[in-house]
This record gives sequence, structure tokens and C-alpha cells, in this order.
Amino acid sequence: MKRGWFRWFALGVIAAGSFALVSACGDDDDDATPAAATHETTATSSPGSPTAVPLEGDLTVFAAASLTDAFTDIGDAFEAANDGVDVQFNFASSSALATQVNEGAPADIFASADNAQMRVVTDAGSAESPLLFATNVLVVVVPPDSELQSFEDLAAEGIRLVLAGPDVPVGRYSRQILENASAPGGIAPDFGDRVLANLRSDEANVRAVLSKVQLGEADAGIVYQTDAAIAGDEVRVIEIPETFNVIAEYPIAVTTDSGEAELAAAFVAFVLSEEGQAILRAYGFSSP
Amino acid sequence: MADRTATVTVIFLGIAFAAFFLLPFGGLVDRAVREGNTWDIATSEFAIEALQLSLWTSTVTVVLALVFGTPAAYFLARAQFPGKSLVDGLIDLPIVLPPTVAGVALLTAFGRRGLLGEPIEEWFGFTFGFRTIAVIMAQLLVSAPFYVRAARSGFESVDFQLERVAYTLGASRVRTFFRIVVPQAWPALLAGIVLCWARAMGELGATLIFAGNFQGSTQTMPLAIISAFEGTALGLAGAVALSLILLVVALAVLTVFRLATSAAGRRL
Repeated sequence: MKRGWFRWFALGVIAAGSFALVSACGDDDDDATPAAATHETTATSSPGSPTAVPLEGDLTVFAAASLTDAFTDIGDAFEAANDGVDVQFNFASSSALATQVNEGAPADIFASADNAQMRVVTDAGSAESPLLFATNVLVVVVPPDSELQSFEDLAAEGIRLVLAGPDVPVGRYSRQILENASAPGGIAPDFGDRVLANLRSDEANVRAVLSKVQLGEADAGIVYQTDAAIAGDEVRVIEIPETFNVIAEYPIAVTTDSGEAELAAAFVAFVLSEEGQAILRAYGFSSP
Repeated sequence: MADRTATVTVIFLGIAFAAFFLLPFGGLVDRAVREGNTWDIATSEFAIEALQLSLWTSTVTVVLALVFGTPAAYFLARAQFPGKSLVDGLIDLPIVLPPTVAGVALLTAFGRRGLLGEPIEEWFGFTFGFRTIAVIMAQLLVSAPFYVRAARSGFESVDFQLERVAYTLGASRVRTFFRIVVPQAWPALLAGIVLCWARAMGELGATLIFAGNFQGSTQTMPLAIISAFEGTALGLAGAVALSLILLVVALAVLTVFRLATSAAGRRL
């Protein structure tokens, strides 16, 4: 997957023109529009970089842990398209990032794994006008040799379950799914309680949940489909029935204190562009 | 004139150094006062359970470090053997390594797929992960070297001739050790105990990785602080409140310990 960005780059150049049209019509971000509009006249130029003034500067992106691989690729592609740009990432749980952004951490962009954490930041006035850029669903992961076969098996007595903490988006979603499965028409009214009785650890973020399962320390965990995909053969995926599952929404926003607002807006536009979306899809995200 | 410049420089450096250490604590206190709900969080079940767990696991860790570390430290102080500096280095290693490395190392040894962890689960059906014993193991690995180091240099400072005299006067080895060696090395042993305890109280990385994070069983104070910080329910206010309790308790323990030991030192 990683090598494929050249193909996307070519695609992206073509797509940039069409994207520019879309963003010129409906984008409420004033900074992005002139940058994007330039592509109509210069099809050879890379996305997000006006020919008149090439984009340059350092960009610090605070992104949810589940975005680690996809955003690293997007950052590489963005840097490749804009010579003078250096993108730095800070990956952690969205809740930790939200706290850091509100405390004045030098972030230009905040990409959250849920709307709640984005609201924490926008309510504090640290960012505004978030845009939805990806969605994700949750799955159960177990070690490859596990005896667990179905979502219902999570309630089996004595299994070691790990979830992300209740305040971390993926942890909140996991508990929401258990609630859904305990509601009328679900698996059983006490299903959620029986599953939570197996809980052994509140991990700090989704990657920590995944590694506990990869290492075999835990018998099962709930993670994003995208994280399960990265682990490959080291874990086996058990699908969560669609009726109980939660669709995680990923919003992105430029921070109000960003010293690189124009560059940041160009990065956001790049994430929303066909090229950015193709990279996200390659890692198992869905386009909103 | 030169003297005066030197004095002013020294005073300035001292004040800058003190300010650097005091300001972060001042910031915590300031934030705690402004947040308002500090007392509620500090007395919540979440905080109390974490504090209790931290206090008793770190105490067990110190006792284990004393029981297993003292003979090792004495041996290293007295014995000469080839490869001794390598052994010294190995014991110091956990001091240098990031605690997360210690956590990963513990997993590779005692995890369910670890060198010893796998056969232990097969034979006894016992696993270390997500249990309080894993917390103590993580603390012991990263903090015992501090005690062994201090104890070793303490034993080295004891004049070997004194031990010889005790033997020739008919004292047994054990009696000599507790009556002659330990009192002489006492200040160093105490310093080692304090360092070991402090390091165990602050242990975060190895515990998170090897033991997990669960209220009541593995969530010690540092884990509770990071959980509060990463979460939204308590957030920064929670992290500040918990940090303050940890600071106050640690300060109290260290002060009492120092008073007690200086009293003991005068008696010896």
C-alpha cells in the first residue's frame, strides 16, 4: 500500500481540478479557495500549492492514534507535493490531544476520532468549523488461535477483555456497542454487564488495546477496523453485528492559534481531496 | 571584587535553580485552586483506590528489594571476580533504560507468550498480566537497582578490617553483618531505600505495558493521573488534583522517613 502513492499522486493531479471546482463553490474557508482555485489553470501543479506563492513552512498536526499510518502517508504525499513544507505529527488518543490543544500546545490542525473530542476543542474556542473527513467501524480482535468465534462470545466467563478507557473515543464507542446489544431486541439485557465483568484493563488508546491482543496478553479487544487491518495475521477479526455497531466519525479542523493558517487549510483540503481520501480508503477508512 | 562577582553569580544560579523546581509545583497548586473541584476529585474512590494501591505495592517493592538486593549488594561490594563490571552494568541497566523498555522486556519474559510466562501458564494456569503482582514486578525491575547501587557503595565504605576483628573475637558472620556492617552502611542503605521507594511510587511506563490499567488492581497513582489526563470525565483538573495528592503524600512520607532516620542515626 505504501508504495502506491505515486499512482494516487497522478490521480490526485487530475482530481485536484475537479476538487477545486467543488471547493470553490461550497468551501467556507477563505484560505483554501484561492489555493485550490489555482489548480484550474495549472494542472501540473500539485494539490494545495498555488504556483504564484509556493506553500512553505512547518505544520504540526495533532491526530488520533487510529490515524497514525494513514496520516503518515498523507503527510508524506503532502510534503512530496509541496517542496518547502515540513509536516510533523503528534499521534495520541483524541482526548489527550484535545486537552493539549486547549492548553495551548502548538498544533496547527486537530484531527479527532470523534465529534465529542472535537467539540471539547471548538467549545473552548481553540478551533472552528470542523469538517468530516472519514468514517470507521469497530471490530472485535482476538489472537489467531483463539476459541472465540462470535461477538456473543465476549460474554463467555473468564476471558480477558481489554478496551480503551471509557473517555477515549474508541472506548466510548465500545461501551455504546455493548449497550446497543443489551437493549430490547439485542442479544440479552445483561449482555453488556457480563462482557464488562471480563474487562481487565482500560487502555490509553486503540493501539494499546491492539498490542495487548497481538501479544496474547488479552483474549479479546475492541478496536477500529482500520487498526485490525494493520495488524494483519497477528489477530483474527470478529465482525460486530451491524445493528449494534457504531460508525465513528472523524472531524478535522484548523486551530485558531495556528501561525500557519493558510498552509493548514491547504493540508485539510488535501485530506479531503480525492488523493487524501484514496490514502484513507487504502487503510480501511470510508469516505464520509 | 572577583569574590563579590562570584557570590552574586552563585546566588543568581541558586535562585534560578530553585525557581525552576518550585514553579511547576506552584503551577499545580494555582490550577488546583482555580479548578474548584480539586477536593472532590482528591477524595473520590478513584483517587483513594489508586493511592492505596500505590502505597502498598511500593512498600512491598521496597521490602523485596531489601530482601533480594541486600545480599547481592554485599556480594558485589566484597567479591572480586572476572566480569564484575559487566554484572555492575547489568544491574544499573534498568536505571538507564526507558521504563517502557522495561515493560516490554517483562512481557517477553513473563507475558503469556514470554520465555517463562508461557510454561508457567501451561503448568499452573497462572498469568501475570492484569494482576497486582505484575505492578510489583514492574516496580521492582525499575526501582531495585537504585537500592542495590546505594547499598553496594555503603558496604564498600565499611572497613573490612572491622569485620575481620569481629570474626577473630568469635562473632558469627550473620551477627557481624547486622551488628557491624549494617550500622556502618546505614546512611547509604537508607538513601537507597528512599530512592527505591520514590522510583516505585512514580513507576508508569513499565506498569502500563506489563500490568495494564484497571481501577483497584493495577491502576496506581501515576496510571490514574495519565488516565485522568487522557480522559474527558476528569481531564486536566483530575490530573492536577491527583498529582497534588501524590506530591503531598510523597512529601509527608519522605519527611517522616528523614526525621525517623536522622533520629536513628543519632542513636547508632
